[in-house]
Amino acid sequence: MHIKVLGPGCKKCHETDKVVREAVTDAGSDATVEYITDIAEIAKHGIFSTPAVIVDGDVKAVGKVPSKADVKKWIGK
Amino acid sequence: MANDCCTPGGNVMILACSGGSNVGQLSNQAAVELTREGVGKMFCLAGIGGQLSGFVQSARDVAGMVVIDGCSLGCAKASLENAQVPMKSYIVLTDLGIEKNKDLNLKPEEVLKVKEAVKEAIAKQ
Repeated sequence: MHIKVLGPGCKKCHETDKVVREAVTDAGSDATVEYITDIAEIAKHGIFSTPAVIVDGDVKAVGKVPSKADVKKWIGK
Repeated sequence: MANDCCTPGGNVMILACSGGSNVGQLSNQAAVELTREGVGKMFCLAGIGGQLSGFVQSARDVAGMVVIDGCSLGCAKASLENAQVPMKSYIVLTDLGIEKNKDLNLKPEEVLKVKEAVKEAIAKQ
């Protein structure tokens, strides 16, 4: 499983990256997490705003910091 | 980078049917001009119609949204319903008294009328 966190680098983007990584660790998941800050790369995903979270190609959240519980649900834990 | 560079609260999503009639293109032109003016931000209805996850999830998660259909066929509305995106504000241009036809030479006064209706809808959100 691969999780992408999209955000150009603001406080909410950093927070989202942190929440996602903590949720993955807490859940004992072997999912990999990638933090993408490149605007051109972010634009390829068709999202309206950032931060955004993508799990195995499926966009799960846009424009908000997800909760750890949300992330655990997305990774099936 | 600033703490609030992302998720600007005032960023209202504008979705226009952009159809092949005067009212469809009026919806498009108004959305383009309102985006240029910073009133909102036009977003891709085709991406939602195509059920691409980035577009669909963006529309589900956005705080403010105005959907513009040219006529009562309601193609934009149907696209959102099919993608299970809840609508917030909804405008149908023929309900504003603009008659539907196939003349794509848009009347500036009608563009203005649509823009005013969208601004009014945003103010109510």
